[in-house]
This record gives sequence, C-alpha cells and structure tokens, in this order.
Amino acid sequence: MLGVVFFLALIVQAFFPSHAQAQTSQLQEVVLGNGLKVLLLENHKSPSVTFQVWYRVGSRNEEDGKSGLSHFLEHMIFKGTSKLGPEEYSRIIAKNGGRSNAFTSADHTVYFATMSREKIGFAIDMEADRMANALLDGSYFEPEKKVIMEERRLRTEDSPTSALAEVAGAVAYTVHPYRRPVIGWMGDIQNLSREDLRSHYRSYYHPNNAFIVVVGDFSSGEILAKITSAFGGIPRGDEPPKVKVAEPLQRGERRVVLKKEAELPFLLIYYHTPNLKDPDGFALDLLSVILAGGRSSRLYQDLVYQKRIARGVEADYGGLSVDPTVFSITAQVMPDKDPAEVERALDNLITRMRSEPVSERELEKAKNQIEAGFVFGQDSIFGQAMRIGQYESAAGWRYLDSYLPGIRKVTTGDILEVTKKYLDPDRRTVGILIPIKEKNR
Amino acid sequence: MKKLIFVLVFCSLFTFVSSRAEARLTPRRSTLENGLILLTSEEKALPMVTFNLLIKAGSRYDPQGRDGLANLAARLLTYGTRNRTALQISEALDFIGAGLSTGCSEDLATVSLTLLKKDLDVGLDLLAEILTAAVFPAEEIDRQKQSVIASIKAREEEPGAIAERKFMEALFPQSPYGRPVEGTESGVQRIDRAELAQFYKQYYRPNRAILAVVGDISHQEVAERLAKSLQSWESGPAAEEAIPSASPGPASFIHVNKNLTQANIVIGHEGVPRNHPDFYAIQIMNYILGGGGFSSRLMDSVRNERGLAYSVYSLFDAEKYVGSFQIAMQTKNESAAEAIRISIEEMRRIREKGVSGEELQAAKDYLIGSFPLRLDTNRRLAGFFAQVEFFGLGLDYPDRYAELIRQVRQEDILRVAKLYLKPEKLIVVVVANQEKTGLKNKQ
Repeated sequence: MLGVVFFLALIVQAFFPSHAQAQTSQLQEVVLGNGLKVLLLENHKSPSVTFQVWYRVGSRNEEDGKSGLSHFLEHMIFKGTSKLGPEEYSRIIAKNGGRSNAFTSADHTVYFATMSREKIGFAIDMEADRMANALLDGSYFEPEKKVIMEERRLRTEDSPTSALAEVAGAVAYTVHPYRRPVIGWMGDIQNLSREDLRSHYRSYYHPNNAFIVVVGDFSSGEILAKITSAFGGIPRGDEPPKVKVAEPLQRGERRVVLKKEAELPFLLIYYHTPNLKDPDGFALDLLSVILAGGRSSRLYQDLVYQKRIARGVEADYGGLSVDPTVFSITAQVMPDKDPAEVERALDNLITRMRSEPVSERELEKAKNQIEAGFVFGQDSIFGQAMRIGQYESAAGWRYLDSYLPGIRKVTTGDILEVTKKYLDPDRRTVGILIPIKEKNR
Repeated sequence: MKKLIFVLVFCSLFTFVSSRAEARLTPRRSTLENGLILLTSEEKALPMVTFNLLIKAGSRYDPQGRDGLANLAARLLTYGTRNRTALQISEALDFIGAGLSTGCSEDLATVSLTLLKKDLDVGLDLLAEILTAAVFPAEEIDRQKQSVIASIKAREEEPGAIAERKFMEALFPQSPYGRPVEGTESGVQRIDRAELAQFYKQYYRPNRAILAVVGDISHQEVAERLAKSLQSWESGPAAEEAIPSASPGPASFIHVNKNLTQANIVIGHEGVPRNHPDFYAIQIMNYILGGGGFSSRLMDSVRNERGLAYSVYSLFDAEKYVGSFQIAMQTKNESAAEAIRISIEEMRRIREKGVSGEELQAAKDYLIGSFPLRLDTNRRLAGFFAQVEFFGLGLDYPDRYAELIRQVRQEDILRVAKLYLKPEKLIVVVVANQEKTGLKNKQ
C-alpha cells in the first residue's frame, strides 16, 4: 500500500514532571510524513494499551444552524467503511478483549480503544480505515439521528442542571462558538443532512488535522511500526478552515434564569478567563482548589459546613481549551433555601478574596492537592492518555512539562492578582435554576 | 515488510514476562491478630498507596424504624474522633492531597483511602482513628442528617434513579434489599446519637472487615504498621448471622408520572446470588442479551435498528445473598410501549432459540480477554481483591476464571435463559409523562 515512509527527525523525549521515581517512562513524539503526530508513552504497570485518535474538530468548528455536526459525525463513524460493517468496529474490539468508545467536545473528537499489547493492532488498523474510508450513509442515518435526539433528551432536556449550564453558556458567550452545546440544539440535529456529514468529514478527518496518543504496555518501536504501516499511506489533506472568532470583552454582569421541573435550586457562575497558555492559568487552577478542593476549602467551609445553605459546591478552571474559557463556580442549594442567599454568601466570600491574600498554608495545601492528584492520575493509563491529549489539543503537550513547576512558583500575591483580575462581577454570567412544581403529579 | 531503522533505535528496554499479569492479580493474604483480613499487592510503579476496606455494616443491619442508620454512621466516620474535629480531619487530609471517602450499601460499609507513600503515617493514623475512635458529635449528626435528607430530595430529580428505586421496592418488598440505603426522611430524623454509637460499637469490628491494600508497600510493612496502629481495634463476638431473607414480589406494572421528555424504563425480576452454580453461564447469556455494550442484541434491536434509545442494557446484579435481573433504557415518551415490547421479545427469543456458536465464542473471548485489562489501576485492583474475599471466591480465582467461562456450552446458555429469564414475572417500571406514553390506559 505505501512506498516510502518519512520520519521527521522530531523524536523528542521528555521526562514527565513528577516525583522523579514516579515516572520512568518517557513521552516520545514522532510526526509521520503525512503530518500525523504520534505521542507515545510506555507504562508497564498493567498489561494494557490505550490507543486514541484525536481529531482537531468539535462544536467550536461548527456554524449556526449546524450545531451538533461533529458529534453526529462521531456516531456515524461507527457505521462502517468499505471494509467494516456497521458496528463491526466495536464487535471486533470486544471480541479481542478490548473496550472502545468515542466522545466529542467543543475542541476535539476522540476515538479510543484499550486492549492488550498483542491485540492493539486491530484498533490501529481499523482507526486508519475509519480516518480515510468512512461511509456515513446507508440506512443507518435516520435511526442514528433518532439515537442522538434520545441522547439529548437524556443528557439535557430531562436534566435540570445540564439544561441550566447549556443556557448559561449561550449567554456567557455572545459570538464565540463555545456558546453552542456540543450535542447541538434539538432543531439543528433534526435538520442535519448526510451531505453535511460528508463535507465535515472531508474537511476535518485528515492525518494532518489529527494526532494519536498511545499509553501503556508496549514497546515504542513495535507499535510505531504498526501505526506507520496503517496510517502512513493516508494522504495529507487540505488545511481545515481556522476559527478566528474572538469573544469581545464583557462589560457588565449577565443573568439567566431557567424555570424547570426540578427538586432543588441550583446556582452557576461563569467568569471569563484565558486558557492555560496564559501564565495566569497556574494561579487560576490553584484558585479553584482553594475555593472548592476538599472539605476544608473556602466555599465548602462557608456555604456547606458553616451556613448549611448548599449541599455541595464546585469550582473549575476550564483552562484545557483551545480558546479563552471560563472559570465556573456551582452550588447545589439546600432544600428550603433561597438561591439568592447562596449568591450573597458567595459574593461576600469572593469580595473578601479580592482584597485579602490567602494564607501561605492554604496555598501550600492547594499545591499539595494538585501534586498528589498528578501522581494519582498516573494510576490509569487511560487517564494519562487523556491528559496528554487534552494538553496537545489545547496548547501542545509540552505545556504538560511546565505544569507542576508552574504550579510550584505561584505566590499568594499571584492568587490575589488573578482573583481581582478575573473574578470580576462585571465579567460574569450568573445562572439560576428555579424549580417549578409538576403540573401533573 | 518494511525494514525500518527506528525499530532498532526504539528497541524495547523492557522484557515482557508473560506470567506477570497473573502474579499482579493474586494478592498476599493474612489475618491480623484482631481478626482483620488483609490482602495486599505491591505495585511499585507509583509512589502511592490505596486502601479499600469493607465492613459488614450495611443497611441490612438497620434497626426497625431506623432506616438509614448504617448509611449515616458510615458518613459520620470522618466527622469527628476523640482526637480531632471534623474540620481538623479535613484539614489533615486536604493538606496531603489524600482522598478518604466512606460509603454504604445493603451489605457493606466501605472506607477508601488513597495517598502518597510519603504521607503513610498521617493516613494510617487517620484510618485508625475513624475505625476505633469515631465519636459522632451531636452537631455533626444534625448536619449529616440534613445533608442526607437533601440528597433524598435531590434523587427525585433523576428519573433513572426513581425508576431503579421503585423497581427494587417492588422486587424485594419488606426486605432491606428493597429499601434505599439512605433510608427515608422520617427514619433519618428519628436516629439519635446513642443509636449511632451502639451501631458503631457492634458492627465496626475487625473480624467483620476485609482490608485490601495496593501500592508502593510490601505485605510485611502493611501488616506490621497496621498491627501497631489498629492495636486498640478489638474484635467483636463471632456470632453466626442469619442469612437475610428476601422473597421477590409479584409481577406488576408501576407508573410514575413526571413531566419528562423521555420515559425511563426498568423491567426485570429476581436474579441469582453471586455463589450460584450457574453464575458464569448467566453472565455469558446476559452479555449476549444486553450486557455486551455495542455487541449486545438489545443494543442492536432497540438502538441501532430502530433508534429508540441512546442507552439500553441488561444486567444480572449478583450480590452475596440476593440477585436481580434488569433491563434499563430511556426513550421518548411516545415510544415507551414499543421499546418495552421489543425488549421482552428479545428475552423470549434467547429463551426459545438460544444463541449461535459465534455469539457464544465472541462473548467468551471478551470476558476472558478483558479480565486482566479491567483491573488496570491500583484502585480497581484493591476493589477486586476485597470483593473476591467477601464473596469467598478464593485467591486462585484469577487463575480459574478463564476455565469457568470456557467450560460453558451452547446448551448451557439455552438452559439458563429458560430458567432465569422469566417474562411472566416481570416488574415493569415506567417513569414518564404518562399522558404521552399511553401506557396507563392499556393497563
């Protein structure tokens, strides 16, 4: 099938940043002649290998009226190629003792299989086939559209908190495609056509718009030979269109209320922030831990433990994204408590944190949590591969190297700085879920 | 094929030992002086240690009228000991970035702890304290009661959870296996401190517990350290316990009306306990029917062919003393009746015609091939060891597993499908907008 295979002399080795004895394997990068980047990390703690193909396409690359296209395409990729029958991919993986699936996010579409070292070749060959030869039509288009509509009902329509997150996202972003849900609006899903899928596939499923992550019990030489033989002959495609939309600066708070059948109110706040490429990303990550990492964290102590007005709180910095992102705070409101009371308590706490630095010990505690979490994360080869993929997708995997050193350098002054700069009431979107009583109980 | 230079460049530094997987899956076992069963597997790849403790202190031991006591006791373990307040415990744990959580099921209370090796002393002290010196402070009881009651309310927001709860209630009426582990609001309100302390004293005993430890520590080191830190944890009386009874409820049709876009459906009946001689044949049969993800018949007929559901599966949940069989799915209200009909048709088809040789082989290949791969993290290994001990499967279970699966024949599948799938005994639960399902009128 293929004549000559070119290897760029781009074989990079990097030690994972961690406790030196923790990680003896090395991450290697190889770029095939057709532009397909391969990231390999040997980890011999268990006899499995996880193989993931990441396409740099997600809802971020979609247009108005066509939301959900990337996710629909992900489903249809399982419907076969000229060589593979519908759903045969999953059957072959399972028959060989493996587990497989796929997911779509705003930034990427990922296909993965976890198998033994002896069998992983099946996944490699079939993924290469799917990159070039997916059929995307036949009698499975209409039933699969229905499946996706059921998926949307399950995940969003009948889930009050997801429905709130969706509508709040649509308000927090005005022009950037992050305002659209990954699964797509129901009306858009209904209107998507076979031709939409084919054109999306042609534009984005190329070796030069994808990368592979392999982690686990293999020898790099052996697996790279398999990958090269399977993918090396797929021709490079045209560069896909770039997304150049920039979200304008927010000037003034936005509020959104969702009234829906539910048992308990829910509060959500999105603050606009840069992604992890910005040096402030480290402090924002630590800030999320200081706010809600563990039962001794600020928000947990105040809202859940002392005031007993929330059942649970979370803070998350979504820095692993291609474009600027949001820092989110959510609170599950206790029965018979007013979400306004929770919001006031949150406001007071954030206001205080924007004027007084956190203690050295508090910062050290957050750093310890992140460092321990980093080691625990390596317990799972799938988790490790995900992390490498997310970094590569958002900024390049080398940012992973600077992660722990970057975290260690953050000072209490930096935390104060980013809290002031980003947790600004004028740059936030507040979403409130107001439960309504059932009509027909 | 291609003579590539890089093969030499990357030549593997690791020699692959083919028997390693089996060694990894077989823990070392010993019994401490106080009766605690200890299982360990040394995994040196990462400087971390995971503890998984099972204690026979689940909700089936709830006293009459005190539903939710076992769950509340498990939750309160980390909310105050003789030496530390709840906040001091959280501070200590968060400062070392450790994860300590407790849980409760019908049979068992669980404690899991994951920490860095260097923080072992701190973690073991805490573990010992919550097992020997929990004090159940009044204020914390109040707080946790409020929190449990809130989560009982919140559960009503999840249609799948409502369907599951209604199903278990109908399947095991008048049994702890049919009651939610969290209990009821009124039951939880009634629980007092003396009852919690008594429950803790009676059931949290080392001779009722199994501890699995996986990570960067040897069996000897764990055993020695535990002997020291758990010195004051005394064994309780070794009373024989009656095996709980749970007689299944009759076939029924249960509707819950909610303003939803989808019908959440659970249909099923009693199953078999874990030590049942047909357990493995049943698992294979169920894999083909609806347990095998994208390879299953239910997935094919309900999802792939008709587009009726995103998720559909069947499950034979085999616990120590009871078991259940369930098919669970969600479909738009209007197609609820069709989805139920097709699922029951699939049950009938496998009962009447059995499975093909090819289907049987594919199921066996998956179960045998994926067995070691499903245990690919320290956390999963620790959970697996503790379960194997609890169910009495034996240390050689990983070595025997492939043969247990391999020996099942095509006629066994037909036999167990006929015996253990019971279309005439189905309990059907539908949580949906009943006006749109049209199911209520048909009854």
